[in-house]
Amino acid sequence: MELTRLPFLKSALKSRYPQLAVFIVMLVGYVFAILAGLIGTPVGSHNFSIVFVWIAWWAILILVAVPFFGRGWCAVCPIPLPGEWLQRGAVLNPPDKKPKWLNLRWPKALRNIWLQNISFLLLALFSSVLLTMPNITAIVLAAMLFAAIGLSTICERRSFCRYLCPVGGFIGLYSQTAPIELRIKDKQVCVTCEGKPCYNGSQAGYGCPWDVFPGGLTKNTYCGLCMECIRTCPHDNIAINLRAFSADLAKPSTRIDEAFKAFIMLGSAMIYAGVLLGPWGALKDAAYNVGTSAWFIYATIFLAIIFAILPGFFWLMISLTSRPSPIRRGVGVRAFASLATTLIPLGLMFWVAFSLSFVLTNASYIIASLSDPLGLGWNLFGTANAAWQPMLTSILAPAQMLALVGGLIWSARTAQKAANEVKVSSVPIVIYCFITTLAMLWLLL
Amino acid sequence: MKRSELLSRIFIMVAVLGAVGAPLFVWARTSLIHAKIAEDGGWNPDVIQANAGEPLHLKLTSDDVVHGFAVGQMDMQSVDVLPGKVSNVTLTFDRPGIYTFFCTRWCGLNHWRMRGTIEVGGSPSDPQSVSVPLYISLNLDIDAPHDSPVVPESKPSAIRGYELAANSPILQSLNYYRANSPYQVFDELSSTSLTESQRWDEVAHLWQSNTTRESLTNGQQLYAQNCAACHGENGAGNGVFADDLAAAGELSMQTMAGTDNMTMQTPVDFTNPTRMLGASPALLQGKILRGGMGTGMPMWGSIFTEEQIWDLIAYLYSFQFNYHRGESQ
Repeated sequence: MELTRLPFLKSALKSRYPQLAVFIVMLVGYVFAILAGLIGTPVGSHNFSIVFVWIAWWAILILVAVPFFGRGWCAVCPIPLPGEWLQRGAVLNPPDKKPKWLNLRWPKALRNIWLQNISFLLLALFSSVLLTMPNITAIVLAAMLFAAIGLSTICERRSFCRYLCPVGGFIGLYSQTAPIELRIKDKQVCVTCEGKPCYNGSQAGYGCPWDVFPGGLTKNTYCGLCMECIRTCPHDNIAINLRAFSADLAKPSTRIDEAFKAFIMLGSAMIYAGVLLGPWGALKDAAYNVGTSAWFIYATIFLAIIFAILPGFFWLMISLTSRPSPIRRGVGVRAFASLATTLIPLGLMFWVAFSLSFVLTNASYIIASLSDPLGLGWNLFGTANAAWQPMLTSILAPAQMLALVGGLIWSARTAQKAANEVKVSSVPIVIYCFITTLAMLWLLL
Repeated sequence: MKRSELLSRIFIMVAVLGAVGAPLFVWARTSLIHAKIAEDGGWNPDVIQANAGEPLHLKLTSDDVVHGFAVGQMDMQSVDVLPGKVSNVTLTFDRPGIYTFFCTRWCGLNHWRMRGTIEVGGSPSDPQSVSVPLYISLNLDIDAPHDSPVVPESKPSAIRGYELAANSPILQSLNYYRANSPYQVFDELSSTSLTESQRWDEVAHLWQSNTTRESLTNGQQLYAQNCAACHGENGAGNGVFADDLAAAGELSMQTMAGTDNMTMQTPVDFTNPTRMLGASPALLQGKILRGGMGTGMPMWGSIFTEEQIWDLIAYLYSFQFNYHRGESQ
């Protein structure tokens, strides 16, 4: 179903003003979060930077934005804005005279998401500190803002979003499951289109900031939903469509960087569930005391689970039990990557289940923090003294169970499609998903 | 540049600068007193200026755990200082001087180090005479050993002592009670025909007759709030911090002679009769007023009033004597 047929929606997307208005609100919130982290109370549960970034934003991102809108967050993310405006020399339509930045192409060897995998892991390893200390959160937010600005002056387009952003990597991966997509309407129109303004830009708008040619889009992974191509396409050939969930997974990716992103996200969700929600005090201490020998052991185990145990077990399952073995047929790595697509819906639902727990537990902090975002004793909306109260506790466990079981069924169906592509049995992959789901159930419930 | 572009840029600049500038402006004008556990710095600032007769408005917040705020020698309710929240306190000082504020919550091992001062300026309208503490006027060496050579076989009873008191040769004055240890009184009774047990009972009665129910209740409250963390709820020197203090050892302590020269002392056991029955109220007054000098026992002279210290001392002896509630005056 093509949503851009709705006149109101189409004109709202073609105009720059609605998006600019959202951008400004987001940028103001982002800058305020940095400031709050630096000058507000160091008590995370009462500081805007922690409460609105790691509770409110995370809840919206993982429970709503990613599952239903894919890269919807990227469409309004404030991080690349100052750099992009600087790069473009304008905040609205392309200016008559473009500023002279270096505009270098991103190095070919790094045109993958390995750097995003690494940047996510860096944050994940320090997450216990990052999630609780406002000043650390502020430094990380500011660092991302300045990194995006710096890269915009060196490289063309949104290199930060595409290749470095620690969040963008997994949003892209999971956006394949979303029931929304930006696609062309008629391929032939793109083939005959002169100048390809959707990629190269025109007076009507900028060339794709995500370095994607919309005419070749088959997956959501790298389309940032910035809506620029809707503005630049002279043939009105770009559409936003409603579609079935996980439509992109029917044709699995064979990229190993994306496969490892799936393992990173799956493993991180499980480790977070153990560290942040589990009853193991020593584990929490090890994760929190960065730089100590206990932390180094924790970090080593963390990386081992993600890079060795989870993928190794997966590899064993598909190579030892699949008949005929994809490895023996000489398609090992590609088959491994294709089959790892199965873990995308599974990982997403692991994150949903994990996030439900801490978001519902801590959501009441949002109400208090709204009135006193810096912990200075304000009471802007009369809610500063709202008591901490876990929400919807009675439905938490059933909802988590539903998410995990739903994720298992969803991944089993994905496994069948991926296994058909590689021409192996899906059974070992389903068993793998079942075992990891059991482990996650144990960690959460 | 197009007008729309210019206006958009102006709007963005105003919005972003407003998001930074407005909170910064308010933040710079908000003077908060931050509380952290002593290991991380305690109170900040720890010196506050005020003027006698003028209300002092304080905004207190905790940067870590729950703390409490109270000013020594001042009749005020302790105020809880909660993490990330702001508590407002208004104080008015009648007289100039230097007042001590302190944490009233057992926030950590060095909780008792969380202190600061309020320097209250102004001219004294009603100069107060300063009385010399009894332990000074008695010229007591409060660090000298003061063990009781004899201890009772069982806890002395003030009720039994009451029945014996009619023929007692002991002077029942307040000054006598405060200047002598229970053992000294016991020893003085050796000239009588009383048995050892009866002499201890009479000592118990003398101690009870020099206190009141209110005094004991007040002392108990003060003890529970301020002393039990180290000395234990039951006075046995086994409070929640006692083990931590022992484990922390020298590192957590201060000594004028340096840590090498220091012997770690565990909190005093008030249930130990050898130690308690050899200590006079005046000696205990000195220990409480001055503190333990490097042992971890804080000085309370700037926090408790003289009356409060006597109340506390009266309560400490209740770990040694069986008082009958109805009998105290």
